[in-house]
Amino acid sequence: MTLDITDLKVTIGGKEILRGVDLSLQEGRVHGLAGESGSGKTMTGLAVLGLLPHGSRATGSIALGDRELLTLPPKELNRVRGGEVAMVFQDPATSLHPMLTIGKQLTEHMRHHLGVDKREARRRAVELLGKVRIPGAEEAYGRFPHQFSGGMRQRVAIAIALACSPKVLIADEPTTALDVTVQAGVLRLLRGLCDELGLAVLLVTHDLGVMSAVADEVSVMKDGLVVETGARGQVLREPAHPYTRSLLDSLPDAGSDPAPAPRSEDS
Amino acid sequence: MTLLAIDDLVVEHRSPGRPIVRAVAGASLSVGPGEVVGLVGESGCGKSTLARAVCGLNPVTEGSITFDGQPVTPLGLRRRKLTGIQMVFQDPYASLNPRRRVGDQIADGLRTSGDTATAPADLLERVGLPRDFVSRHPHEFSGGQRQRIAIARALAARPRLLIGDEPISALDASAQSQVATLMRDLAVDSGAGLLFISHDLSVVRLIADRIAVMYLGRIVEVGNTAEVWANPRHPYTQALLRAIPKPDGMGVLPAELPGDVPDPADPPAGCRFNPRCPQVMDVCRDKEPDFGPVACWLHEPK
Ligand SMILES: Nc1ncnc2c1ncn2[C@@H]1O[C@H](COP(=O)(O)OP(=O)(O)OP(=O)(O)O)[C@@H](O)[C@H]1O
Ligand SMILES: Nc1ncnc2c1ncn2[C@@H]1O[C@H](COP(=O)(O)OP(=O)(O)O)[C@@H](O)[C@H]1O
Ligand code: SF4
Ligand SMILES: [Mg+2]
Ligand SMILES: [Mg+2]
Repeated sequence: MTLDITDLKVTIGGKEILRGVDLSLQEGRVHGLAGESGSGKTMTGLAVLGLLPHGSRATGSIALGDRELLTLPPKELNRVRGGEVAMVFQDPATSLHPMLTIGKQLTEHMRHHLGVDKREARRRAVELLGKVRIPGAEEAYGRFPHQFSGGMRQRVAIAIALACSPKVLIADEPTTALDVTVQAGVLRLLRGLCDELGLAVLLVTHDLGVMSAVADEVSVMKDGLVVETGARGQVLREPAHPYTRSLLDSLPDAGSDPAPAPRSEDS
Repeated sequence: MTLLAIDDLVVEHRSPGRPIVRAVAGASLSVGPGEVVGLVGESGCGKSTLARAVCGLNPVTEGSITFDGQPVTPLGLRRRKLTGIQMVFQDPYASLNPRRRVGDQIADGLRTSGDTATAPADLLERVGLPRDFVSRHPHEFSGGQRQRIAIARALAARPRLLIGDEPISALDASAQSQVATLMRDLAVDSGAGLLFISHDLSVVRLIADRIAVMYLGRIVEVGNTAEVWANPRHPYTQALLRAIPKPDGMGVLPAELPGDVPDPADPPAGCRFNPRCPQVMDVCRDKEPDFGPVACWLHEPK
């Protein structure tokens, strides 16, 4: 299923936060969204889920297949959210309840959205934990979030997001809080799920290296607008917009392999 | 001359009813005046514990820490201010008092160093903030601005050693390199040493003269930043560098390092990295490679 955002404008308390965002997500593709802090990346994701802060107004269009999400009645939107469209946040603590076992969190979700019985929900939950490569899924089912490492918690959060077989996954900085070694595993997982399940993924990240590793298309936001969109290789290698170029130039690596830092080249 | 010398340092955390956690398990490291040393390693490997021990905030179990030739001993807060070591924490709320104006907090630092010529606003200017921010409270700033204020306050005390414990991880990529470069410039210009702790190698690479790589309580590789980056020798350092995704537009997924950091209360026998090492040999499971600059049996000094 595709998700098409056209001319999305969001105002919060009279202040225009998004000023006409256009974005298009395709099945089996990862769309990377970069841009400076405060440019509106998170707000774009929240708008898709109908989770904008209180007092916001959204105009334009967010079309999921042939349904318009912006005008969907609250009850139907509720079904879409967590069902067909799911979200993963930077901090797994935001997505996980500290007092419930992860098994409980996975199955509640499925029983609520899919109406499956307890046994079937459990079977699926264990299968999902295996899919996000949590070792010993049967035993892990009964554990609490704090009994996992940061990287595993983020995998569990992804499993919960996947519980109701969403078509669209919005991942807002899913690896920013993780070590590079752990990040590598989560990125591989996201890419694999996208390929295997045909998910349409919106990946919000500051890190252009992460972008380069998993995104198919890349969009860059600045001040509430998408200033550049294109294929990964094109945007990262031949950026058209000066802002994208400045982002790339500010990187210590500037696209190179590990090599001597310029400062010490004489040594 | 060495400013800070850490020798075979062991720091243990003891909590009732739980096994002793040897968070730092025989680490050696030095920082010279005007030198920037980057300390990197995965979450939980003991970086913060080491930094806190240097500040006298965690008691030393074995080994020694000397600052300016004097042993560092656990100190009360007041004495510590006089020792010339300042630390900037990951969460700037941990170093700033939420109820006091930032100008007053910077003034405390200036009093410590007996500096009567500098005004708090001068320091704000040096960290790239408007002078009139002195009258505001910490919550009136964004995360990045608060971090700069914490740095200004640390610098006001004119430390000879500045320690930054993941001082930038809450910031976005461009702000990260700005703040890191700022810390480097301010420390080096005043002849102070800087121990910069981070799990982000690309930032450390930008500012550090030397890199120290920590794994499960030990320093496994130390070297000139450019050399370590170009030619990492310890298999763990190699794995860390391979895991950094490159912004080259090629769509290459970074290499994974399987397994988690083991529990420091129950470290593996022999080389601590052996359960995750792709190049593990028989000797690695029996004997710990207890030498530097690369603590690995593949790089035993002749
Ligand atoms: N609850 C809110 N009420 C009013 N304004 C808000 C609210 N949340 C965010 N904003 C504003 O909306 C704009 C966009 O915020 P958003 O969180 O989408 O940024 P972002 O691109 O995700 O940034 P970051 O990279 O820092 O996460 C910013 O100017 C921010 O200050
Ligand atoms: N106050 C404490 N009490 C008990 N264990 C601790 C305490 N602080 C840290 N630890 C443990 O010591 C180890 C190293 O922690 P830390 O120095 O914070 O690592 P890093 O800063 O590298 O992430 C971890 O296993 C951690 O759980
Ligand atoms: S000593 Fe052996 S196990 Fe340890 S890093 Fe070297 S090769 Fe790997
Ligand atoms: Mg955001
Ligand atoms: Mg730490």
